[in-house]
Amino acid sequence: MLDGSDPFVCFRNVQKSYDGETLVVKNLNLEIESGEFVTMLGPSGSGKTTCLMMLAGFETATHGEIELGGKPINNIPPHKRGIGMVFQNYALFPHMTVAENLTFPLKVRGMSSGEIDEKVGRALDMVQMRFFADRKPAQLSGGQQQRIALARALVFEPELVLMDEPLGALDKQLREHMQYEIKHIHENLGVTVVYVTHDQSEALTMSNRIAVFDDGVIQQLADPVTLYEKPENAFVAQFIGENNTLAGTVTSLSGGVASVTLDSGDAVKALAINTDGKGSATQLSVRPERCVVTPKKKAGLSSLKGRIEELIYLGDHIRCRMTVAGNDEFIVKVPNTADQLGLQIGAEPYVGWQTDDCRALDVKDA
Amino acid sequence: MNATQPITAADGTPLKKKLAQAMFRSKLRAAGLVAPLLAFVLASFIFPIFALMWQGVHNNTFERLMPNLTEELRVWDGLSEPTEEMYTLLVADLRQNRADKTIGRVASRVNQELAGTRSLFTSTARKAAKLEPPYRDALIKTKKKWGEIKVWQAMKLTNQSLTPGFYATSLDAVYTVDQGFIMKEEKRQIYTKLFIRTLMISGSVMLLCLLLGYPVAYLLATLPLKYSNLLMIMVLLPFWTSLLVRTTAWIAILQSQGVVNDILVWVGIAADDSRFSLIYNMTGTIIAMTHILLPFMILPLYSVMKTIPPSYMRAARSLGATPTRAFIKVYVPQTIPGMGAGGLLVFILAIGYYITPALVGGQDGQLISNMIAYHMQKSLNWSLAAALGGILLGGVLILYWAYDRIIGIDNMKLG
Repeated sequence: MLDGSDPFVCFRNVQKSYDGETLVVKNLNLEIESGEFVTMLGPSGSGKTTCLMMLAGFETATHGEIELGGKPINNIPPHKRGIGMVFQNYALFPHMTVAENLTFPLKVRGMSSGEIDEKVGRALDMVQMRFFADRKPAQLSGGQQQRIALARALVFEPELVLMDEPLGALDKQLREHMQYEIKHIHENLGVTVVYVTHDQSEALTMSNRIAVFDDGVIQQLADPVTLYEKPENAFVAQFIGENNTLAGTVTSLSGGVASVTLDSGDAVKALAINTDGKGSATQLSVRPERCVVTPKKKAGLSSLKGRIEELIYLGDHIRCRMTVAGNDEFIVKVPNTADQLGLQIGAEPYVGWQTDDCRALDVKDA
Repeated sequence: MNATQPITAADGTPLKKKLAQAMFRSKLRAAGLVAPLLAFVLASFIFPIFALMWQGVHNNTFERLMPNLTEELRVWDGLSEPTEEMYTLLVADLRQNRADKTIGRVASRVNQELAGTRSLFTSTARKAAKLEPPYRDALIKTKKKWGEIKVWQAMKLTNQSLTPGFYATSLDAVYTVDQGFIMKEEKRQIYTKLFIRTLMISGSVMLLCLLLGYPVAYLLATLPLKYSNLLMIMVLLPFWTSLLVRTTAWIAILQSQGVVNDILVWVGIAADDSRFSLIYNMTGTIIAMTHILLPFMILPLYSVMKTIPPSYMRAARSLGATPTRAFIKVYVPQTIPGMGAGGLLVFILAIGYYITPALVGGQDGQLISNMIAYHMQKSLNWSLAAALGGILLGGVLILYWAYDRIIGIDNMKLG
């Protein structure tokens, strides 16, 4: 096996263009350790699926090198890469039974029938589908097909498994259930997984690390906590979780803290994460659950006067839409505690947050 | 609720009756909409087919035109000497036929049963008015053949309106008065050989269409739209061109002084004095029919292939299969409905093909339909044509049934 320092999968300066005019993937560098669960997350058209297809061998990199286990694989055809893959529509062969589908990769490898039976049985047990071995894929529900696709990608014991939005076609409840199942299988087998999705909660649930893609570039590569708590730019802050933004201009910088004058004239302090220095435009980012609504200004918090526009009762919390510093989409999640604040539409309380929870980021032009 | 009791609507009438009432108007409207087509199909398709099929087993020319003799022939055992009574009635009928100018039809009908009897009837009928009893001797004096028992046996057979004789002939057998069905001797068999040849040519055409059409359909289904549209036009263009034009084009290409032979001679593969005969034989028929029927294979195949997402092939390859293996094990089995539909379509069309073999088939490229056309137009033996057609129709139905049993007709995709 590999020693810890060598990455198992490595993208080096990879570029991809389909038409020779625009780059779908721009200078991608990504290292994945053995046994890791890495998710490529991004909106459609961000280049994440293209990256996966290049790794699987169905697309060729226009420039750069992809390495697997220390060896360049640019010129190795897909069937020799030994990478398991789960497709978006499962791609179970409709003319074969479940067992035949699972047997396929083993037969191709010329295994003996005893060995095949044992491995197929084990793979079916893993996804709790042993009793469905003789069914055709069309006789299975979406969730069951999903399990078989997973079992088929794992039955030949690849070291790397790629998953291309495998849960996209399932309903919400089943999707969440399958997320845990995939996570557990990954933990039990210790296989390396590269997962592509546009669903951020899916990515947060399962991944060791998440690569957020936009416009063919990895915007941020980090573990779920860092990604959510410390987004490095406005795109990531917007894409992961809910986020309130306030536009302003940096007036001074000192010790990593920026003083920002908002477009409405109010002055606040924020962590300077991604600004171009004094005098530049910036976008402040505050998570809705990190804001508090107080009747009066509270010491130690940056507080702005707001106006409640809408209240939505969600049981565990109350979702409160406010106008703050000209932004009428400012959301505050107010915990449903015993001491109700008596929130009312039209009321004008203060909204406050700690300076550490407010991040000054680049201005996203979208 | 009691399960045995019929469910009733709110007003107490049984639900089934209520439903039928509710649906009656819409059913009536639907029936009204299809009625013109149904009438047209009945009048122009179903009825003529059954009328012609009926002719294959029923021909009452003799019975109708020889009203005096017919009863006597029916009771005759077919082996003993014909009686004077029969000769008398024959003369009476011949006189009547001469007067009605129907003798030609009677003569033709008997001639179908026993070759060489046509002139016997026509010439005897001319002299019938002057014949004096006893008629047996008078007739034999006119034509010696009247004394032969086989002439009478032929008349007895033709007298039988509802007859298996035409089907027997279609299968190269003879229906006799005394011995039932007897196969014709080997060298006089035509129709069975022709049926077998028809099946062989249709089978070859189907296989060639599959071999040639499969890659084209694959390209059509997988190429980018820009190219596949162009290819589709190239597939459809001949489809829209007149059959006759395409067939004559093949004559220009394949004849011994044609394009292909000229090129072969120029390249040096064939000598100028021994050019290949590519047309007016079975080769010509197969080449031209394959070309003409190719779209019928390509289109169903294409429509099936279009629905196979590329991810199946990708999945197979990611599981470790070489491109060839993935294609054979994963792609091809999924195109079976298309192959079945295309194959069946081409085979059934080929089995009844007529114009192309007639134009480019020469002697050994003729199909059974050319023989049917011959009997319809030249020999005017419609009953035999109907019997041959009936066997062809039966064959197609058997094939269809076999296909349904093996592959399943609902598996078929025509587009």
